[in-house]
Amino acid sequence: MSLAGYEVEVQRDGGLTTEEMTLNMGPQHPSTHGVLRFIVKADGEVMRTAIPDIGYLHRSIEKISEKVGYHGFMPYTDRVDYVSAMQCNQGWGMVCERIANIEVPRRGEFCRVIACELGRIASHLLAVGAMVQDIGAYTPFLHALREREKINNLLEELCGARLTFNYMRIGGVAWDLPTGYPETVTAFLDQFDPLIDEYHDLISYNKVYVERLASVGVVSKEEAINYNLVGPNLRASGFKYDVRRDEPYSIYSELEFDVPVGTGEVGTLGDCFDRYMVRMKEMRESCKIVRQCLNMMPPGPVLAKVARKLKPPSGDAYIRVEGSRGDMGWYVVSDGSEFPYRTKIRTGSFAAMSIVDKVSRGLMIADLIALIASFDVVAPEVDR
Amino acid sequence: MQPFIDRLIANGAFAGMPVEVVYALMMILFGVLVVFGFFLPIAGVTSWLERRVWARIQSRIGPNRVGPQGFLQWLADGIKLLLKEDIVPDAADRPLFLFAPYFVVWGIVATFVVIPFSSSLIIADMNVGILYLTAVTALVVVGVLMAGWASNNKWSLIGGIRSAAQIISYEIPASLALLPIVLLSGTLSTQGIIAAQGWAPWHWFAFHNPFTFIAAFMFYVAALAEGNRTPFDIPEAESELVAGFCTEYSGFRYLLFFMAEWGNLYVIGAVATLLFFGGWQVPAWTSNTVLLNISQFGVFFLKSYFWVFISMWVRATLPRVRVDQLMILCWKYLVPIGFMNLIGTAIWMVVWPQGNRVVQYGLVILTVAVLVQFSRRVRFHLRRARPELYYSPAI
Repeated sequence: MSLAGYEVEVQRDGGLTTEEMTLNMGPQHPSTHGVLRFIVKADGEVMRTAIPDIGYLHRSIEKISEKVGYHGFMPYTDRVDYVSAMQCNQGWGMVCERIANIEVPRRGEFCRVIACELGRIASHLLAVGAMVQDIGAYTPFLHALREREKINNLLEELCGARLTFNYMRIGGVAWDLPTGYPETVTAFLDQFDPLIDEYHDLISYNKVYVERLASVGVVSKEEAINYNLVGPNLRASGFKYDVRRDEPYSIYSELEFDVPVGTGEVGTLGDCFDRYMVRMKEMRESCKIVRQCLNMMPPGPVLAKVARKLKPPSGDAYIRVEGSRGDMGWYVVSDGSEFPYRTKIRTGSFAAMSIVDKVSRGLMIADLIALIASFDVVAPEVDR
Repeated sequence: MQPFIDRLIANGAFAGMPVEVVYALMMILFGVLVVFGFFLPIAGVTSWLERRVWARIQSRIGPNRVGPQGFLQWLADGIKLLLKEDIVPDAADRPLFLFAPYFVVWGIVATFVVIPFSSSLIIADMNVGILYLTAVTALVVVGVLMAGWASNNKWSLIGGIRSAAQIISYEIPASLALLPIVLLSGTLSTQGIIAAQGWAPWHWFAFHNPFTFIAAFMFYVAALAEGNRTPFDIPEAESELVAGFCTEYSGFRYLLFFMAEWGNLYVIGAVATLLFFGGWQVPAWTSNTVLLNISQFGVFFLKSYFWVFISMWVRATLPRVRVDQLMILCWKYLVPIGFMNLIGTAIWMVVWPQGNRVVQYGLVILTVAVLVQFSRRVRFHLRRARPELYYSPAI
């Protein structure tokens, strides 16, 4: 039938004429964590589909690398995933080291891992905090951000920046740990570890919270693999895969840590609550890793000697790092000049967006918010 | 208030004026007095206090710049919103859009007609007071639905529809929760209900029997849902619907919605107090009527504000329920429990027409024990909390 010039889909349901409502969620919407857009077809409160429309934060980061050179691209990698920029730094550093055959000093690797794991805690704090806020509870969000601020202070002490760190260099890190840094970090970890329990007391097993998340947005193990989910989203579906453990890079092979997986403790395996819980558990593992690193740290230089104008031999290299949002692939093609011929970044959020359409069918509008939050999608990482 | 005016007329204060005109003028006068002297400040102060309490719970500071402890923040906010442009979207249904906030405010303000402040301070002690109360609070839904529809915004529409469904559904458990009280007191008049209770907790209707005890909590939950408060704030769920039915509003009209919300908090507390918690009842400690009324006012206000504080606390603690869960809670749990309470109270009245003293004492002791244990837990957690995490023990 045609209404005011538009063709509308009409369903007849027991004599009542109803129409599907097309809702436009985003790009300006408080719960889309940046500028994502979902075209939601809703039948009342129940969604038929939620089609993600990405590209609002596309900044041609991959193309920029072809113009600024290997060293110059490092600050841009901060912007790939600005919530946990350290892993992006490390990814770019590692792929350039692989293609140019540069050996990172051992102390530099430790500095990298400490920075990355602190960044991971900060990122997961924001993820779970924002998730709880999207469900409607504000207090845990602010408690989480309070802790994130402390980590930001630590990282600021380390590299002078609080969000876009630009801490790592090809061949190591820019600066060694400042004086007294291990003690500061240990003090933080000592007070942060019990706070995770406090956080559980505060919200995790709250009846309303559990009801909102249990068995909502279930992603089975097979689906997760088929849709290429990575990181906490994959592990929440019960598949124990972590790049740090299965394809160890840097010094992760020497460290002891668990890889938490979803257990389906309150609902179905792979529901929103599992994704939340996996992140909570990972923070604890990251604390463990940082402690180990601080104990094992050898003396020495942190930055290898690298040519100012880096001209790697022609060829390509692909490495993977475990970012806060999962397996982050960095691919670079060199033609022997001082600029990369092509760079490709593969990110976890992008993969997570592809499954939103499938999982969201039949959910309610409020569940879509929980779903996006549980995937921990960061818009710039989707679009790059 | 009517006896007071009657006395004034008898004393010849309004000589030569028709009685109806005097009544009408007095109604307007007291209406203005209540709205500007009580409703507006209480809504404003509640908004300030809520932000402070919230901030305290969230380990931050909250507004503390305007006036002592930021007390005048509500005035500053009000003036700011008054001075802002009142935008009406092009596509909006203009008259409905402009009119909707007034409906919401009317619904809340009109309840003050039957809400007593003390034994003689009440605008009109109607004999259908409770019925009137449920009727006028339902007026809010008209305003919210109008706002949602007239905004011509899909998110606002969803907010409005959600609100309509929610308020209409929760009218039922709220009414069912106050029916046992009507049975017990045998009157619908608010003053009559309070007069049927005593100053001591075991004379309060909440502790009259286990059914009214449940009804008291049921009423509070249903009233929170009717007032669109967290955990039932789905009509304006910030993270889902941006601001729900008031997305398109700005300036003073936006302020009206929030004034109604915060004013409604006091109404919820006051109605719960007058129905279940003894209203303004105080021991007859003085024969001076003025002093007695002041103490009654104080007691009633404190009891009401206790519930306002609880709702702030709840808002800072609980996440939001989903629409279907909200409806399930209403129709599958609260409504059957409400009927059970009604029948149970009726049976109780047949078995113990004078009430069962043992059960009343028992319920009071139980409540006190729970409160004591609860405050001990809170004290324990406050002491255990690391001081560097929290700014100040007071708000």
